[in-house]
Amino acid sequence: MIAQSFTVANPAGFHVRPIKSFVQAAGEFPCKVSVSCKGKTVNGKSSLSMLTLGIAAQDEVTLEIDGEREEEAMKTLGELLVRIHE
Amino acid sequence: MTKQLAGIAASPGIAIARAVVLNAEEYVPVRTTVAQPERETARLQAAIGQARAEIERIRAATEEKLGAEKAAIFEGHLLILEDPDLIETAESRIREEAVNAEYALYETAQTFVEALLALDDETLRERAADVRDICGRIVGILRGAPKRDLSLLSDECIVVAGDLAPSDTAGLNLEAVRGFVTEVGSRTSHSAIMARSLDIPAIVGAGPGIRDIPDGALVAMDAVEGLLLIDPSPEELAAYADKKEKYERRRDELRAWASRPTASADGRRVEIAANIGQLEDVQKALDNGAEAIGLFRTEFLYMGRDRLPTEEEQFRSYKYVLEKMAGKPVVIRTLDVGGDKELPYLGLPRESNPFLGRRALRFCLSRPDVFRPQLRALLRASRFGNLKIMFPMVAVLEELVEAKRLLEEEKQALVSSGVEVADRIEVGIMIEIPSAAVSADLFAEEADFFSIGTNDLIQYTMAADRMNETVSYLYQPYHPSVLRLIRHVIDAAHAAGKWVGVCGEMAGDLTAVPLLLGLGLDEFSMSAGSVLPARERIGSLSHRDWQTLSKQALTLSGSEEVQSFVQARMEGRQDA
Repeated sequence: MIAQSFTVANPAGFHVRPIKSFVQAAGEFPCKVSVSCKGKTVNGKSSLSMLTLGIAAQDEVTLEIDGEREEEAMKTLGELLVRIHE
Repeated sequence: MTKQLAGIAASPGIAIARAVVLNAEEYVPVRTTVAQPERETARLQAAIGQARAEIERIRAATEEKLGAEKAAIFEGHLLILEDPDLIETAESRIREEAVNAEYALYETAQTFVEALLALDDETLRERAADVRDICGRIVGILRGAPKRDLSLLSDECIVVAGDLAPSDTAGLNLEAVRGFVTEVGSRTSHSAIMARSLDIPAIVGAGPGIRDIPDGALVAMDAVEGLLLIDPSPEELAAYADKKEKYERRRDELRAWASRPTASADGRRVEIAANIGQLEDVQKALDNGAEAIGLFRTEFLYMGRDRLPTEEEQFRSYKYVLEKMAGKPVVIRTLDVGGDKELPYLGLPRESNPFLGRRALRFCLSRPDVFRPQLRALLRASRFGNLKIMFPMVAVLEELVEAKRLLEEEKQALVSSGVEVADRIEVGIMIEIPSAAVSADLFAEEADFFSIGTNDLIQYTMAADRMNETVSYLYQPYHPSVLRLIRHVIDAAHAAGKWVGVCGEMAGDLTAVPLLLGLGLDEFSMSAGSVLPARERIGSLSHRDWQTLSKQALTLSGSEEVQSFVQARMEGRQDA
């Protein structure tokens, strides 16, 4: 299991489109992806659960990834968290 | 008797038609125990499959009608249909509690609806509507009561509903639907966003009063003001019909200006730019035909948070705007805080006279740890478009020289570490302090351009705080003293071969525009909503005539005299 924290840079927060990219990317990996923000932890492969985190710009988000190809998943998903989405 | 309701004008326009009232009540499935849960999970899977096919069809129709961007929300819907936390949880509920599929799905969806509605962020709260929409569709299929198809509406009508789900608005038959009114919602609701892109007048959040509107009642809606008349009198009806015609004529006239270059009637080309304060504003600027970004206020990056933005965050924002403008000029103003705009995390001392205090560039020069990262971010972003850098609140030449020195240092450091930076970046200043206006010729040696911040320039020239009601009468944009300063700045810049813009409210003020054009202003930068009326105004003016007229205006005794002089000329009168 590996864990790392990221700060969300997207000025509009982490809403529908960024979450869609994130969940789709997470779905490509066999490992388990947990996303924590403001004391709540959810399944990173569920867009609805991700929405309920209410992630805003500058929030710190922690990824916990466990299983096959976890390093690769951390790199891909971490990059999506800090990117600016259209 | 006419009944009047008020709501939020979500998409502008005026409409008069009969109401089609959609049943706003939500169906709540009843819990029943089932003998064979596996049959229920199979029913659920089948219903999800059908819902997917329906949404896919709506998505395709929306893409055809409105383009891929608007259809993207339905991709989000398709994603919900595959959401493991929704579907797998509903299935395990069916198995573990031996309940019907409708109930299991509804209850599971409800937990998400409630969690979303509890969030602070309005945009996220609106997503609860997506969950309701999808869940309602699946439940409807399960119970054999599919959703009413709004694409079948054939007579002219105004749709009245509790709320319109995205799949409803996408399916609306545009030939028939003249507008819509909802009980709930905000400007950022799906229905509101859709209405704007479909160009249908819409009033949202009109409240529970809409439940009393009978199906088929005559409704007149003014979605400019957010007003709704039910069963209007013949007089009211005539007034609305008149308002509608005027509104639509004016809208069409203005739209024609979006794709035209800005030029006076006798062919002098000037530039109309937009002021932006956040990334979302760029699209609005482009939609309104702005030829540049004349003022990008960077404060949004610093405010409403608990620490400084990183260089990387700033870089991404600047790059985004530069790329979005695709080679059109983007003037980015460095941080303009301090004084009244506080950044609590910097722990700045309170000043007794903040407007005359250590704000903007004064603050930045005293805090290189804040200023240098912004300069680096700007330089790194410079190769992604046509960047111009502007320093605010410059009073004396030394400040500009010092700011340019820091910029050059950062540039050399970046270049020597192998970072690509644009060769030529114009560096200009805001003219908002009278000292800078009066000695503009001195600054013209060092600056590539000037942008006159009229809001502050007027306050500082008149020594009057325009927020202070007792002296706000002194806020006089048309006063000859202000106009003379502007003329002096323009003349000094032009003598040195530099360009001048105005980025204060005056730039979009239709009375000030003829004077500024006549004085030789090169760039007018304003809020996106003012771009088209200003371009239309400039197109109606003779630059040559206003060169003479603006000189005359500067000899008048006061603001009111100038204002009536311009207005009389605009109306073709020579008497004033």
